[in-house]
Amino acid sequence: MSETIFKVNEKEYILPGNRACQGCGLSLAYRYILKALRENTIVGIPPSCLCVLHGLYPTTSVTVPALNTTFAGNAASAAGMAAGLRALNKTDITVLALSGDGGTYDIGIQSLSGAAERNTDFIFACYDNEAYMNTGTQRSGATPLGALTSTTPILTKQDPKKDFLKIMEAHHIPYLATVSPAYPIDLYDKFVKAKKIRGTRYIQIDTPCPPGWGYPTKDTVRIGQLAVETGLFILFEIEDGRFRFTGRSKTMAERGGKLLPLVGYVERQSRFRKMSMEQLGTLQAWVNGRWEECLKRAEG
Amino acid sequence: MSDVRIIMGNEAAALAVKLARPGVIAAYPITPQTKLAEILSEYVEAGELKAEYVRVESEHSSLTVCIAASTVGARVFTATSSNGLLYMHEQLHWAAGSRLPVVMCCVNRGVGAPWSIFNDQQDSFSQRDTGWIQIYCRDNQEILDTVLQAYRIAEEVYLPVMVCYDGFVLSHTMMPVDVPDEELVRKFLPPYRPPDPLSPDRPVTINPVFFPSRRENAEGVLCDGYMEMRWKMQNALERSGETIRKASDEWAKLSGRDHGGMLWEYRTADADLLLTGMGSIATEATLAADALRAEGIRAGVVGIRVFRPFPGKEAVRAFAKARAVAVFEKCISYGYEGGVSSDLKAAFYGTGITAPIHDYIAGLGGRDVKTRELVEAGRATVAAVEAGDRENKLIWLNCRTE
Ligand SMILES: Cc1ncc(C[n+]2csc(CCOP(=O)(O)OP(=O)(O)O)c2C)c(N)n1
Ligand code: SF4
Ligand SMILES: [Mg+2]
Repeated sequence: MSETIFKVNEKEYILPGNRACQGCGLSLAYRYILKALRENTIVGIPPSCLCVLHGLYPTTSVTVPALNTTFAGNAASAAGMAAGLRALNKTDITVLALSGDGGTYDIGIQSLSGAAERNTDFIFACYDNEAYMNTGTQRSGATPLGALTSTTPILTKQDPKKDFLKIMEAHHIPYLATVSPAYPIDLYDKFVKAKKIRGTRYIQIDTPCPPGWGYPTKDTVRIGQLAVETGLFILFEIEDGRFRFTGRSKTMAERGGKLLPLVGYVERQSRFRKMSMEQLGTLQAWVNGRWEECLKRAEG
Repeated sequence: MSDVRIIMGNEAAALAVKLARPGVIAAYPITPQTKLAEILSEYVEAGELKAEYVRVESEHSSLTVCIAASTVGARVFTATSSNGLLYMHEQLHWAAGSRLPVVMCCVNRGVGAPWSIFNDQQDSFSQRDTGWIQIYCRDNQEILDTVLQAYRIAEEVYLPVMVCYDGFVLSHTMMPVDVPDEELVRKFLPPYRPPDPLSPDRPVTINPVFFPSRRENAEGVLCDGYMEMRWKMQNALERSGETIRKASDEWAKLSGRDHGGMLWEYRTADADLLLTGMGSIATEATLAADALRAEGIRAGVVGIRVFRPFPGKEAVRAFAKARAVAVFEKCISYGYEGGVSSDLKAAFYGTGITAPIHDYIAGLGGRDVKTRELVEAGRATVAAVEAGDRENKLIWLNCRTE
């Protein structure tokens, strides 16, 4: 386990100058994911901001091989690569399917569930920017309650975010983890660990998005930290069914389990500018409840 | 050494797949393809076929798995029918656009709504424009031989090939099939050696966003835009006819069985009336031609074996002397006419072929098509033309239409 930044692989796999926005949480996360997985990796890409990040033919800023596929198909495509590589006896290559929340929670859920149920030997990572960003911030199943999107433009999203981690946990896969680019060492370590495990590994990444969430580009890391410090996003891993807090969430749990109030997170993002007090209360109650649940789980 | 077995079409296809030795198979069950998916899983579990069998949760995924496995360099196989093929639509385009040698069997069945599990060819017909080569088989022997040819063709021209055969009529009907030995197949179909599989040795991003115009790469070389890529696909399809014919000829030399390259002819030399169609209905048309000849009508059959690329030039040659044409087809472009009929008319335009074409839509949703009905249709076509009626017609055969 590398506990300090000095142990992180120094090699860069994303060359300077990609097509993502300034301050993109995905860019940050992707940089550390590839450092952890290293060159013997093939990435599966659905239509999304990741596809845009990779660039327009014939140039790309990413130095690992990658295969674009259709929106619903990234898990199946990665499963196909895994099967093909096994058929060819190339067993030392890590297959990573990296999808947005739309490509995971919504249109991609079927092929992901199928692949996870078959315990496909791959890492499926969902970078969750909580909306369809590539097409201009439409609502997804991952959009939180009370957020404005271009398809909930006046009333805000009326439904809570889908609890996708529970859905993935119900597949009883060997490894499940959450990470945030605001905590790159935790992210790095988890991908290093995931690389060594066989079978389906699911990792969810909280990726703040300046234009979609409505905050200044310099604040990506701060927003990511606040998500964790308010308990909205909890850093943990579940390995063979055993739950464990990690990183910042672990320290928080160990030091009395206090959460920062959600309002400090919400008020910094213009997507929540129409959020009602009632919605904020509902969200806060959900956060508190889940935090309690996790604290209990970590004990027992 | 000949090994003749009495088997169903689905088993003939499965035996061919086993002989072709794909590295990855992915399939999802649907009537009437199901048995094919089952037999293959049995081969794999029994250790008779060393392949990764991915038991996917849908047809969209079965083809996606094949596309990705093919991208990293494996020979692949999938099969489906009807709504399963429709569910693959997005991936059908993706496979062809990716220029991958995916081979698939489409066990032809009508599409919903309303539901029908029975045979027609609306499923594969409605995927005509996806960039796949489509070959229609007449009998179970042709299914086995065509699957082997399909791999030869696909791996030479880098286009996916759909081997189509009629559900139940062939898939579930026993016929004698000569099963070639492995050595003979190896001569015809060597193991797949992909020229540039995706791997960490060759770190590229495949199928990223293309812009309308051509763009320079890092070395300043102007590279293809979207339209150039698409033109290359069209060009490859146009030229694939040569490869299809060559594969058919070579297999004929090795096995002694010639199913025709792009199309086949039966008693056409002196024929006034030409019957035509794809798949088993064309076989049935040969019986009808015999019966019509017994009545004094000089009838013959041109069977369309390859629907895409469409054998326009061969068709012009084959139909040049016909005085009347009856097309029997199990599919229709709703709001216009049957697809074979449209293509033939387009091929004939400006060539001097003026024979009236009667387009008989037949056997939709498994409605029985008897030889007797084809004979009656042929007779009616000849009678109309002889009475001076030069109109083309669209006729729903054996269907109450008032
Ligand atoms: C079948 C299909 N439907 C819709 C689209 C349009 N589309 C492209 S990307 C996208 C949204 C992607 O959202 P997400 O997965 O969350 O990734 P993000 O763009 O946020 O990174 C949509 C709707 C598509 N490409 N394919
Ligand atoms: S829209 Fe958001 S996720 Fe997409 S590239 Fe920009 S910052 Fe990144
Ligand atoms: Mg998103």
